[in-house]
Amino acid sequence: MHILLVEDDPTVRDFVAKGLAEIGHIVDQADNGKDGLFLAVSENFDVIILDRMLPGGIDGLKILETLRGQKNSTPVLVLSALADVDDRVAGLQAGGDDYLTKPFAFSELLARVEALGRRGRNEHAPQTRLEVGDLEMDLLSRVVRRSGQKIELQPREFRLLEFLMRHAGQVVTRTMLLEGVWDYHFDPQTNVIDVHVSRLRQKIDKPFEKSMIHTVRNAGYMLQAE
Amino acid sequence: MSTKAASTRKIRRPLFSLRSASIRFAMAYAMMFTVSAFLFLSVIWWGAIGLLERQVEASVSADLRALSERWTEGGLPALTLAIEDRLEDNFDEDSIYLLIDQHGRRITGNLPTWPASVQLSGVWYQLSVHRIGLKSVAEVQAIDLPKGFRLLIGRDVRGRILLRHLLANILIWAVIMITGLALGGALLIRKMTQRMIQSIARTTSAIAHGDLSRRMPLRGRGDELDEVAIAINDMLERISRLMDGVKQVSNSIAHDLRTPITRARARLEYAALHAHDETALRQAVEHGVDDLDRITTVFEALLRIAQIEAGARRSAFAWFDLVPVIGDIAELYEPVADEHQIVLMLRMPNSLRFYGDRMMIQQAVSNLLDNALKYSPEKSTVTLSVASGANPGKGGITSTSERLVTIAVTDQGIGMSDEDLKRASERFFRADAARNTPGSGLGLALVQAIVQLHFGTLRFNRRNPGISAVMDMPLPPDPEVSRPASGP
Repeated sequence: MHILLVEDDPTVRDFVAKGLAEIGHIVDQADNGKDGLFLAVSENFDVIILDRMLPGGIDGLKILETLRGQKNSTPVLVLSALADVDDRVAGLQAGGDDYLTKPFAFSELLARVEALGRRGRNEHAPQTRLEVGDLEMDLLSRVVRRSGQKIELQPREFRLLEFLMRHAGQVVTRTMLLEGVWDYHFDPQTNVIDVHVSRLRQKIDKPFEKSMIHTVRNAGYMLQAE
Repeated sequence: MSTKAASTRKIRRPLFSLRSASIRFAMAYAMMFTVSAFLFLSVIWWGAIGLLERQVEASVSADLRALSERWTEGGLPALTLAIEDRLEDNFDEDSIYLLIDQHGRRITGNLPTWPASVQLSGVWYQLSVHRIGLKSVAEVQAIDLPKGFRLLIGRDVRGRILLRHLLANILIWAVIMITGLALGGALLIRKMTQRMIQSIARTTSAIAHGDLSRRMPLRGRGDELDEVAIAINDMLERISRLMDGVKQVSNSIAHDLRTPITRARARLEYAALHAHDETALRQAVEHGVDDLDRITTVFEALLRIAQIEAGARRSAFAWFDLVPVIGDIAELYEPVADEHQIVLMLRMPNSLRFYGDRMMIQQAVSNLLDNALKYSPEKSTVTLSVASGANPGKGGITSTSERLVTIAVTDQGIGMSDEDLKRASERFFRADAARNTPGSGLGLALVQAIVQLHFGTLRFNRRNPGISAVMDMPLPPDPEVSRPASGP
């Protein structure tokens, strides 16, 4: 993916840029709002990672508003040291697609960036069926089958699996699941998500030979056909 | 500059200084009093004098009419007789009559000569007359009779003059007395306010110098002074609570963040110096990152509590149905309970509209459930109940609403001692029995802050076994329910 990273702190910028480049993404960097805005409007990116507070008079939200004002719908991940709910809402209202507060784990950032990049590509086709390997999900009749065998799921389990299938092949973090499936923006102290995923595994993986839901160490989960 | 400012502050004000608010107030009061008394007496003045004047004029006019009729009926002799009759009947001796012929000779009457100033007839004249040895003022009118005879009729208005003097005296004395009273009142008010203000000023300046334990003395009369004192004491209570909170947080940060920071630092330093292979180094770094994450979590929780306690987060308050929100949380934790073989029981009405911050409530209930599940033994029951009822604490400053919403999480776990319960919602407090379970000691402090944000109270009831954490939150009148009910 072609990614634009706008971040003023050199350490954080290097850390993110190197991490993304190692995985094979092409990263353009800017260390202030002016250059960031210039790059953002002049080139096509798959994802833009935008720090909220930037030097040089143009902050992240200003860049975001300018982009959206020009009908540029490149997915934007807002990075911020402001963890407040109101700040988060402001970031999303300005047109941000996702919001990540500092400090963050690189795995969390990567998972979110990849999810955004993918969403940017297949946003246009509203799907009625999801298919990963031999696992099928009909979003209209709400029926899940694996190898043709029907699997009964609770409504929340269905949404959890739907989220995993929509992000098949990608790492999905616990926070992303909590936000995407439950719409909770706080951190439960216990490993509630792990328990839910393990329940889902009981139904999706246990009766079959190959397991599809994989735990990615220090990051989260990934649904994969192989 | 500064010495000048300091010295002006110490100047004792003179007794009647216009800079004193109470003196200004008393002056204004006295001024108003004087003006109103003046107006009042003026009205009496004009009313009384005017009435007397009209009475004199009416009676003289009536006399004139009657005597002219006598002339037309019986001529000069009848008129003379009538005048003499009247003079005889006049006990007050205030009537004045004089009848003269064409040569100006007096025929009858109680005036010796025709006054020179009276020329025209039908016009009022005021003359000074000497009657019965007294100098007096009279109001007279003349009338021309046929054949050159002239008649003069008047009334002595000495009484009116006396009344005027009397009223003027009253007015002067009233002004003097009112001024005296007003000044006395001003002194009294000044003394009273000074006493009140000085006691407030003493206490507040003691506090400004750092003695937060001082409180306003109450005199127990329930008057305005006591009201002010109570309000100030409440404010001081809140300030000292906040100060304690700040102190506690900084102590806690010093202690509870220093420990993991020290640990991370030691681990990394040790690895940098002594690690022999990459695996050991990598492990040390990973532990360091974990430590930092824990520090961040504690830090964020502290910030969030501080932010909620500042009361600035009510912007997200809205009406919502509490039941599905709580149901979702229960559903989130249900598998966790299941895993520990704990039964999670839900007791809720079908629907319950609530006013508050949905996310905060989710967080609070989530923390309570988290605690309950953490400290419950296997095969026990955790009950999450939501109910609403009449507000027993109605009438307080914050709980003026009729209804109270109660969210309770009851477990059958290890429970807490009474002493621990008192401190349960303090930041970083962890009962000894809980030291070995993971947790930051901030969960209940956050719940407490959230409940307070909703004007409610968090209490704990000891169960046997276990504990019940109860959030009581008052509910304002529901606009959607009360609107149609109040309509026709």
